[in-house]
Amino acid sequence: MIDDDIVVEVRGVHYAIGTHAIFKGLNMRVRRGAITAVMGPSGTGKTTLLRLIMGQSVAQRGHVTVFGKEVAGLERRELYKLRQRVGLLFQNGALLTDLSVFENVAFPLREHTDLPEPVLRELVLMKLQTVGLRGAAELMPAELSGGMARRVALARAIVMDPEMLIYDEPFVGLDPISKGVIVRLIQSLNRLLGTTSIVVSHDVREISAIADDSYLLAEGKVMAEGSPAELCKEQTESVRQFMSGTPDGPVPFHYPAPDYFEQLLARPDA
Amino acid sequence: MHEHKAPHGPIPRRRDGRVSSLSQRRSIALDAVAKVGAVALFLVRLLGQCIPALVRPQLIIRQIYNAGARSLVIIMLCGLFVGMVLGLQGYQLLQRFGSESALGMAAALGLIKELGPVLTALLFAGRAGTSLCSEIGLMGATDQLAAMEMMAVDPVRHVVAPRFLGGLIAVPLLAAIFSCVGIYGAQLIGVTMMRIQAGTFWSQMQSAVGLRDVNEGLIKSVVFGAACSLLAVYEGFHAEPTAEGVGLATTRTVVTSAVLVLLLDYMLTAAFL
Repeated sequence: MIDDDIVVEVRGVHYAIGTHAIFKGLNMRVRRGAITAVMGPSGTGKTTLLRLIMGQSVAQRGHVTVFGKEVAGLERRELYKLRQRVGLLFQNGALLTDLSVFENVAFPLREHTDLPEPVLRELVLMKLQTVGLRGAAELMPAELSGGMARRVALARAIVMDPEMLIYDEPFVGLDPISKGVIVRLIQSLNRLLGTTSIVVSHDVREISAIADDSYLLAEGKVMAEGSPAELCKEQTESVRQFMSGTPDGPVPFHYPAPDYFEQLLARPDA
Repeated sequence: MHEHKAPHGPIPRRRDGRVSSLSQRRSIALDAVAKVGAVALFLVRLLGQCIPALVRPQLIIRQIYNAGARSLVIIMLCGLFVGMVLGLQGYQLLQRFGSESALGMAAALGLIKELGPVLTALLFAGRAGTSLCSEIGLMGATDQLAAMEMMAVDPVRHVVAPRFLGGLIAVPLLAAIFSCVGIYGAQLIGVTMMRIQAGTFWSQMQSAVGLRDVNEGLIKSVVFGAACSLLAVYEGFHAEPTAEGVGLATTRTVVTSAVLVLLLDYMLTAAFL
C-alpha cells in the first residue's frame, strides 16, 4: 500500500441545496488500496459526498479530484471514462427491472466491451458465484429479496474489475448472514484485487472491523478521522456518542420542536 | 425532479393580496416559453443519441413491439367503428345531394388525410405514451437511470432514444392500419348495408385519392408520432421521483399530447392546402 498514492481528494468543498448548507469546507483523502469508511448520522451528506465524487453533482466551492482529475471540469465523455474505472453499489441495488439477474450483471460488459458471448457468460457466472447467486442467474429482479438484489448489484459493480468500489450503505436492511457475506466480500475484494474501497455506512461495528481509514462527518465537516481504533479512543463527546450509539449527547436525537407537553395539551384551534 | 417553476421569481401580488391577472398571465406565458425551451433542448440531446442508439436495433424493435404491436387491437377496433360511423354519416349527407356513390372517396380522404393520423396519435398518446412516460419515470424513481449513468451508459441513448424511435416508427404504421380498417368499416356500411355498388365505391376512391393525399397523411402521422413520443419520454425523464410525481407526469403527457396533436394538425392542414 503506497501512502502517498491518493485516489480521491476532497479539498475545502462547500455544497448547499437551496439555502441548506450540506458541506462547509469538507476535506478528505482516500488512499489507493485502502478501505475508507465514511460515517456520520443520517442527513450529514454521506450520499451527497458520493454524488460529488462520481460527478453527479458539482460543489459550489472547493475541489474534488478522482484519479488525479478534477471531476467538476470533466466533459461527459471524460466523466464516463472515469466512471468505467469505478464501481458503485447503490443503497437499493438499482437493478434494471426488465433484465434478468444474468443480463443485469452482463449489462456493463455488453455496453463497454466486445467480448464473445462464451467469455462474457463465464465472466458473469464467475461474478455471480462470488456473491453466491450463480443459481439465481435466470431470475428476474422482482423475484429477489432485498439482500439478494444487493448482492446482484455488487456482482454488477465488480464485473468490469474496477479500480475503486464505492458502497452506499451496503448493510442497511440486511439479515446478519447477508451482512457478514457483504463484509467479507468487501474485505476480500480489497485484499485480493487491491481495489480501493469507499464504504458509506453508519453501521459502526461492521465497518470498523474492516476499514483502514475512517472519517466521521457532522455539521458539514469532518468531525474526526483516523483508523476505527483511533476513532473509538477519541475523547470528543460527539464522536464518542456516535461510536457508542447513545441517544443522549451533543448530537440531538429529536428534530427541533416546541415543548412536548405544551404541544400535546394545546388545543388545535387555539 | 422539479415542477416547472417560473424562471422569474414569485408571482407579484396586488395590495389586497390577490395575484394580479396581468402578472398571472405573464407568469403562465413565461412558464410555457421556458417549457418549450426545455423540451427543445431535450430534443437536441435526444437527436444526438438517436444514431448511436441505432447500433442496438433490438432495443428499438422491442419498443416498436411495445408501443406499436400492443396498440394494434385498440387501433383496429377504433378504426373499424370510426369507418362505420363515417359510412353512416357520409351516406346520409351525400344522399341529400344524390351523390351517395361518392361515399368511398369521402371516407377514404377523410381517413387518410385527417382522422387516421389524428385519432391514431390521440390513441397512441393514451395507450403507449402513458406507458412510456410512467416506465421511464419509475426507472428514475428506482435509481435505474442513475445506475446507468454511474455505469457510464447514457440513459438517453439506452432508454429514451429507443423508445422515441419506436414511437416514431410505430405511429405512421398504426395510422396506415387505422385508415385501412376504417375504409373497410365504411365499405361494410356503404356496400353491404346501404347497397352502394361495390365497383362504384372502390373506383370513386381510386380516382380521387392520389399520392399527395397519402403523403399528407404520412407526413402528419410522422410529425404526430414524433410529438407524442417526445412529450412522453420528456415527461417521464423529468418526472419527480415519487409516486405522485410519476402520476402527474403521465397526466401531463396525455393532456399536452392531445392539445399539441390538434394544434399541429391545424398547422399542417393549412400548410398542405
